[in-house]
Amino acid sequence: MSTFSDQESHEPSATLWRDGRPVYDRGSTVCVIGAGASGLTAIKNLKEYGFGADCYERETGVGGAWNWRHDRSPVYASTHLISSKPLTEFPDFPMPDNWPDYPHHSQLLSYLERYADHFDLRPHIWFGTEVVRVEPADSDRWDVTTRSTGGYGAERTSRYAAVVVANGHNWAPKLPAYEGLDEFRGQVIHASAYKDATQLRGKRVLVVGAGNTGCDIAVEAGQQAAKCWHSTRRGYWYAPKYAFGRPADQVGDAGGAYRLPLRVRQWMFHQILKLTVGDLTRFGLPRPDHKVFETHPIVNSHLVHSIGHGSITPVPDVSRFRRNSVTLVDGQEVEPDLVVLATGYLPRFEFLAPEVLGIDASGRPALYLNAFPRRHPTLAVAGLLQPDSGLFTMVHWQTVAIARWLRLRENAPDRARAFTARVDAEAGTRWHSAKVKESTRHWFEIGHIDYLRALQRTLDELEVSA
Amino acid sequence: MKTRVVRVTDWTRPVPAVYREVRAATPEAPEGKPPLLFVPGFGHGAWVFAEHWLEHAASRAFPAHAVSLRGHGGSGPAPEATLRAYAHDVVQVAASLPRQAVLVGHGAGALVVAHALARYPARAGVLVAPVFGGWGTLGAALRRNPVGTLPAVFGGALRLNYRQLFSRELPDAAARDYASRLGRASSRAQWQLLRHRAPERAVGDPPLLVLGSPDDRVVPPAALTRTAGRYGAAPLLFPGMGHDMMLDARWREPIDAILDWLDKDLVR
Repeated sequence: MSTFSDQESHEPSATLWRDGRPVYDRGSTVCVIGAGASGLTAIKNLKEYGFGADCYERETGVGGAWNWRHDRSPVYASTHLISSKPLTEFPDFPMPDNWPDYPHHSQLLSYLERYADHFDLRPHIWFGTEVVRVEPADSDRWDVTTRSTGGYGAERTSRYAAVVVANGHNWAPKLPAYEGLDEFRGQVIHASAYKDATQLRGKRVLVVGAGNTGCDIAVEAGQQAAKCWHSTRRGYWYAPKYAFGRPADQVGDAGGAYRLPLRVRQWMFHQILKLTVGDLTRFGLPRPDHKVFETHPIVNSHLVHSIGHGSITPVPDVSRFRRNSVTLVDGQEVEPDLVVLATGYLPRFEFLAPEVLGIDASGRPALYLNAFPRRHPTLAVAGLLQPDSGLFTMVHWQTVAIARWLRLRENAPDRARAFTARVDAEAGTRWHSAKVKESTRHWFEIGHIDYLRALQRTLDELEVSA
Repeated sequence: MKTRVVRVTDWTRPVPAVYREVRAATPEAPEGKPPLLFVPGFGHGAWVFAEHWLEHAASRAFPAHAVSLRGHGGSGPAPEATLRAYAHDVVQVAASLPRQAVLVGHGAGALVVAHALARYPARAGVLVAPVFGGWGTLGAALRRNPVGTLPAVFGGALRLNYRQLFSRELPDAAARDYASRLGRASSRAQWQLLRHRAPERAVGDPPLLVLGSPDDRVVPPAALTRTAGRYGAAPLLFPGMGHDMMLDARWREPIDAILDWLDKDLVR
């Protein structure tokens, strides 16, 4: 790499070069990748701390996962929040209090669009532009190469003081490898390709997976399909959306936030579930092999109801596919026309070398607070979290911490060193008091109160005037 | 005061929705200036700003809005309302505006704004004749208007008399008419005015302006200076004006000062 000064140019000058390509110097501006909920709050909080921000968004609108028009959006027509409003919204930009407790995805999108307009974020966003490469440059800076989405036009490289990666982690389908899948003659789709109930109407449907999406699709199939089997690997705790007439997460948090020990909280939650949902083995569902909080919470009031009506048949895990049928682990054979694999997503950071985020052989990055990588103080990931509540509160404070950190590095390098040491020592730590199941599903699982308390300590430590 | 991120009460006991009266005046030719949200004090409704200030701000190209806190003016009833519910009303209306708003609170509405600023990153905050409460405020009110104040100590209505609110420049008939239109805050909120947690730090560090009158018969000069001091500033003073500066005879002076300050500091 070589550099030279071009004092004569009046263009947004390419004063730097990398491998023979011009690099446009964006000075102290921070690059944000993605204009979904995490990217938007990153831009807003960086602005609040006085940083310039350039955001690259591959689509033509804001909203990321919540914008159903986007290729990579996992939402389907009937998607509603599974965490209630106060546990979901940005803490400094509440959702309207006349909205329902669990708003529809279209309301979420309008909320994010209003957030972008309210805080005047759109002028910072380059729509229809995807990030091809992010490479370390001199002095902890980053060269970000972009091009128009779809690969048209020339690539352009700009040098930034810092990069906040907010590209989401619920868009690259995780597809399990089943024996015989290739010879199966029925239709197989991943839940990411499921958009509305017309895809299910009149068919014999097998839904695989007991995440929130799997349960939602099973409920819809129960109403629309000729037959619905719901295959789950293990027994789960199905929390209702309401308990005692109130959103169940609000009831749960009333105990959780008062520093009650985990065992007491688990016992209380089990009692609440016993009172509200009852014993699910009666319905033919397997008994959970774990305590609550040890897997990502499933919130669905309709699933048990549909099983009770006989419109969903719970079945065990898939063993193998055959030409016209699917064999389950208990030897049962079912003959679906359509198989929906609601088997989740895997994170992907194809624009970054894996070692930058400390990604191990299994694909899991090692980050402090799921945000800060080792040895790269000017790089952060926003929103890489699976909280047992809404995400927006977490990612808001996470991006405030990122903004404070970048400011502190400039203003008080001595204090910054202590934080660097902590990132180094604690990258990869889990932020959950329960022992969560080891699976890709739970790589980023956090207990929202445990995580926010840790974040509170970090925010206090990084305290700096805006 | 540190930023508090675990907010159990807000999560588990959200403030109930209520109808909120919002009155507005919009400029004929928008110039991209930030919207203003005026917050009246206890007993006052949005009408106090609709009288002069909203139109005046709009004539200077600021989109201007005023909210009636729940239980006040044309908003829905809320006999059990707390300071938290009032601050919630302000944040809800501010977040519903198309752009980041400037919050302007008057009297106890200034305390409500101070709490709202800890929840909403306003472009700026303006505290007009701020009543931040405490036992000193009660003592002063009892000395000046024992008959109107005493019932409030026992959960009744606080009745401010028109001579406490307006200067002698405002004709008696107008002053009496305004005073007769006042309502009341909830008893709980009145009590909280005496004993409440200090507002948390404003998020986003917005610029703050405090203004008042040395002749205010509700907010003693010492209290005004103390409140301004909390925000590291000296109050901007308008001698000869009463507490309700937006309705008093010389209502134009303070609003012009506020708009001048915003024009100078915020509008590029």
